[in-house]
Amino acid sequence: MLKIEPRGLESKFWRYASPILALVLTGLTSGLIFAAMGRPAGLTVYTFLIAPLLQQDGLAALVVKAAPLIMMGVGLSLAYRANVWNIGTEGQFTLGAIFAGGVALALPDAPAWIIFPAMLMAGMLGGMVSGGLVAWMRIGFNANEILTSLMFTYITQYLLVYLVTGPWRDPAGFGFPQTAMFSDAAAAPKLIEDSNVHIGVLLAPLIAIGLWFMLEKSLLGFQFRVLGQAPRAARFAGFSEDRLVWVAMLVSGGLAGLAGMLEATGTLGQLTTNISPGYGFAAIIVAFLGRLNPLGVIPAGLLLALSYLGGDAAQINLGLPNAVTGIFQGILLFYLLGCDVLLLHRIKWRRDTVRIAR
Amino acid sequence: MTALLTAFLVSVIAASTPLLLAAVGELVVEKAGVLNLGVEGMMLAGAIAGFATANATGNTSLGLLAALFAGVALSLIFGLITLTLQANQTATGLALTIFGRGFSALLGAGYVGIAAPTLPKLQIPALSDLPIIGPVLFSHDILEYFALVSLSIVAFCIRKTHLGLILRAVGDSHDAAHALGYAVVPIRYAAIAFGGALGGLAGAYMSLSYTPLWAQDMTAGRGWVALALVTFAAWRPFWLLIGAWFFGGLMYLSLYVQALGVPVPSALLSALPYIGTVVVLVMISRDRRRIRLHRPAMLGRSFHARA
Repeated sequence: MLKIEPRGLESKFWRYASPILALVLTGLTSGLIFAAMGRPAGLTVYTFLIAPLLQQDGLAALVVKAAPLIMMGVGLSLAYRANVWNIGTEGQFTLGAIFAGGVALALPDAPAWIIFPAMLMAGMLGGMVSGGLVAWMRIGFNANEILTSLMFTYITQYLLVYLVTGPWRDPAGFGFPQTAMFSDAAAAPKLIEDSNVHIGVLLAPLIAIGLWFMLEKSLLGFQFRVLGQAPRAARFAGFSEDRLVWVAMLVSGGLAGLAGMLEATGTLGQLTTNISPGYGFAAIIVAFLGRLNPLGVIPAGLLLALSYLGGDAAQINLGLPNAVTGIFQGILLFYLLGCDVLLLHRIKWRRDTVRIAR
Repeated sequence: MTALLTAFLVSVIAASTPLLLAAVGELVVEKAGVLNLGVEGMMLAGAIAGFATANATGNTSLGLLAALFAGVALSLIFGLITLTLQANQTATGLALTIFGRGFSALLGAGYVGIAAPTLPKLQIPALSDLPIIGPVLFSHDILEYFALVSLSIVAFCIRKTHLGLILRAVGDSHDAAHALGYAVVPIRYAAIAFGGALGGLAGAYMSLSYTPLWAQDMTAGRGWVALALVTFAAWRPFWLLIGAWFFGGLMYLSLYVQALGVPVPSALLSALPYIGTVVVLVMISRDRRRIRLHRPAMLGRSFHARA
């Protein structure tokens, strides 16, 4: 029968091969699901994963979607390394967008050199407030950060609905639940003229590289890794767990807020009731797919961005609901986590040779 | 006044039922030392499976059965990955929620805005006609009774039976339980499947009784509230009931105050149950000693048998 045996040492080969195996298995499984629904499996997988890239501006759309995912995935890698389970990035993203949107609506006539930096700060502050509250509740009151950060996601979503249907609703918007468009000065600077490619596309990989250096080369990063892998050792070494929880929540929250701010100013140009198509949850998958390594998060973010484009393409071309994206993401995370068994274990086919005599 | 009180109590029982069902299931899972964060996903799968089946067959009992199977099926995926493949339970539970949301949205795309049969209220002759007591105690559907029955059975089993002792042993020290000859992994599989079954039924209650329609993400975070309830109750069964009534009451109040036309924006009132969850969680968790005393010691830890 199949036996799972410990290897003793982590396998270098599977460290890189397991995400690829997971991806292949995800493709096969989603193909099977589509086939079971009576769709041509090959065509669906092609529409989902390849067709979006061949479209005009496909690459531009991909990097614009990947930017927020990478920013949030990088922050989460840091937090998860230290066993700080922030799963409320969706809410931190939203609060960042709300704070930045508030600045844009309050200063409609400000010049770009004032308003854009102000929105940048406000967006990060929004995410940090949300993340900081979670850190404060964990440290001061021992409250489980998984539950509090998730509850904040719901609370923030209702706050957004309240604002865009109430005090911040565009008076000239025919009653639609949305704010007025931000001024042109408030728009995120474009990297390419007449496209959606905004400055976030440049910031995301820079942040990833910066945090990689911090995590791998600095004392603080070392403390993060020790706290995650050997909490007792971290305590004996005198590393302050509280301080690391604060840093993890403020950094992951701040980056989520920045991503939300860039989505609001760079892509949408206003606030509506749904500013995030589940980016906060997808970022969790991005972090794991990137092996909790900020550099690995970059390709992972691109892949998850592709799953959003693929969901849209499947909706338009094949009439599938774009919830397909969620299924693909869920299956991918299942396989990623499952395949990691190969890192520390080998699976052997072995007959039970030893039988206890009756 | 009596009419108002009756309506209040009936609504609170209804609002607390899905929370109680899911929380009783998760309690058993956590008592076995496993943290399954996929409750929301299992509830959604149960909600759409129950709704679609009841819609197709016109039979709510078949709907409940389908919901139960959907919940169990999803929970077994979780079991396979965390128990057999020993992956991180937190991350796998999240994956289960993400998958359940997507899966239910895909299956449910054709069912938006369609009606299905609702669970019948079981009327008991004479008793159901009593004033106040009749509607409050004796005219509920089967899941509302079942939630209370399952809580009582689980409470009894955990405290008073050999089975409960084994479950607690597995959750408090899997190595000791293993050394005593108990099959840790199969027992955990069984607990996870039980949690899946009740999670699925909790979802079915949402789509076949509470708001008998299918809508995407219709459980609206109740799976997460149920998870918070287990911590809130400090893993003690009867506190689950108090907690479920409290949160059920908050959910009802947020709707009731909106209906009264009180000049508080409805979106902010809708956030009330979630704010309540955070506040209560913070207040309860402050007592670190009590949490540590009651928390299953192996909660969230993988088990690998050595020899």
